[in-house]
Amino acid sequence: MQMIRVGFIGLVMLALAVVPVVANAIDEPFYVSLFTRMLVLAIAASSLNLVLGYGGMVSFGHAAYLGLGSYVVGIGFYHAANDGMDWALNGWLHLALAVVIPGMAALLIGAISLRTRGVYFIMITLAFSQMLYYFFIGLERYGGDDGLSLWYLSDFGDVMDLNDDSQLYYLAYGLLVLVLFTLYRLVNSRFGMVVRGAKSNERRLMAVGFPTYRYRLVAFGISGAICGVAGFLMANQSEFVSTSEMHWVHSGDLIVMVVLGGMGTLFGPVLGAVGFLMLEQYLPELMEGVCHIIGGESCGIAGEYWKMVFGPLLILIVLFARGGIDGLLQGKVGRNV
Amino acid sequence: MSEALTIEGLVKQFGGLTATDHLSLSVTQGEVHAVIGPNGAGKTTLIGQLTGEITPDAGTIRFAGRDVTGLAVHRRSMLGLARSFQITNVLADFTARANVALAVQAHQGHSFRFWRKAATDPRLIGPAEEHLATVGLADRADVTASSLSHGEQRQLELAMALATRPAMLLLDEPMAGMGPEDSARMVEILKRLKGELTILLVEHDMDAVFALADRITVLVYGRAIATGAPEQIRNDPDVRAAYLGEETGDA
Ligand SMILES: Nc1ncnc2c1ncn2[C@@H]1O[C@H](COP(=O)(O)OP(=O)(O)OP(=O)(O)O)[C@@H](O)[C@H]1O
Ligand SMILES: [Mg+2]
Repeated sequence: MQMIRVGFIGLVMLALAVVPVVANAIDEPFYVSLFTRMLVLAIAASSLNLVLGYGGMVSFGHAAYLGLGSYVVGIGFYHAANDGMDWALNGWLHLALAVVIPGMAALLIGAISLRTRGVYFIMITLAFSQMLYYFFIGLERYGGDDGLSLWYLSDFGDVMDLNDDSQLYYLAYGLLVLVLFTLYRLVNSRFGMVVRGAKSNERRLMAVGFPTYRYRLVAFGISGAICGVAGFLMANQSEFVSTSEMHWVHSGDLIVMVVLGGMGTLFGPVLGAVGFLMLEQYLPELMEGVCHIIGGESCGIAGEYWKMVFGPLLILIVLFARGGIDGLLQGKVGRNV
Repeated sequence: MSEALTIEGLVKQFGGLTATDHLSLSVTQGEVHAVIGPNGAGKTTLIGQLTGEITPDAGTIRFAGRDVTGLAVHRRSMLGLARSFQITNVLADFTARANVALAVQAHQGHSFRFWRKAATDPRLIGPAEEHLATVGLADRADVTASSLSHGEQRQLELAMALATRPAMLLLDEPMAGMGPEDSARMVEILKRLKGELTILLVEHDMDAVFALADRITVLVYGRAIATGAPEQIRNDPDVRAAYLGEETGDA
């Protein structure tokens, strides 16, 4: 079973590595942007997995860090375009701030949220992210409700050009690999053992002498920082920044990706993000196709009702596939309930 | 001889129920001090207050010469106070070795170490395996805690407490739910620790108590009704009436 799992994950990572090459060969550039989104959400879901999967902290507000990361790019662009502040377009600066600002925000939000447990923690992380959401809606200057269209992307000079979809794709791929490697080291380090131990039995950890709060808090901050990187990429991919990325629905999507792929496993969130976007992309077509096959009428409508299948389908997978896709690959066919 | 632990006027109420009732008690350096008493006498509540999980309503707790009454749980652990739990309370999904390694790690400075793998760190694994050997779990190191037998989980409890290299152990019924064989082994393990460590032992198993204790305190309704040497306690009429009487009646 382990062979199948390692093989499958290797294959997915390999397939992801050649997407732009294949897409350009078959002249379907659309795939590059679809798969860039997958990589971006894989990074965001992986960041959530650190706290949710390894740390047992159910953050329902990770869209906030995604949004903050993308607004770094958006605000930089705004000042470069309107105030002639060319330096504000610097890609390295964007990347650095997209780590630092969401990371700091996560530390602040975590410092308060982590004093609560269970449902209260879920609600308070949700509340903070909605506060940020409405804060940015109120920021008329940066587009408010309408968002900002970016006609310049983060500028990396001669190093790379993010206007080239393939280059952006490989930047995202490289960052995903870097994030996964960092998380791998992190969760197996002394720090990681404390975070995972606190999920398993926090009371015991305190009894043997760990001030668990500060370790959980730092994990939360790191998670927010990594999620900010995904936001930076997302802004450059969609060439658009808006508050909708910060909406709580996206926090929920990220949770679903983590659970779908497999909580507390390194590659689970990657599989979850790929699976989620594949379903989102192809379920409407699939339903329309099935409708035609069974001879239904007005099949165009069938395709529009895909969300009514999408939701229950996710619920079924989550309930009946213990450990998500990664769990299935390990041959765990137990149920979660 | 100096006192390792001194409790004065400790009070803890749960609603209208007084679980600890103006309790004063001292444990001498190096002794095994047993605390016995019927179910609900407040023994676990006492240990909870000593470790800091439960905040007393009144009274003071002094350990190693300082007032620890308001100190956080992890800080008391750092001072050398370790507990085992009455109801096994280990990291169920971690191996026995990883459980003990974490307890070792807690006392090797801060854990903001983000890069090196912990599972193969000899500074953690070495001591962890020693403590597992001490409690007789050397060959069960790779087993997930939840898959250990009840008796083995009790031994793991003790190994985790020992791994914090404490000056004093607070043991809450280490033999709870054990068969006679496992109990006897636990008594042997504790006998070996006797002298090295100060031990406060809460236990219902009277054979174990009389085999190990230097002094015994009898707790009833949160109050200490007697403290003394085992022989003294065995012959105390109040104690016999309140507690030992019903125990010997059972046996
Ligand atoms: N958190 C709590 N809230 C309310 N009452 C409690 C709480 N914890 C303990 N009690 C009550 O306090 C009393 C003392 O409980 P405690 O667990 O300390 O007894 P014990 O001596 O350890 O008993 P046992 O021998 O059964 O382990 C009991 O009546 C118990 O019901
Ligand atoms: Mg008890």
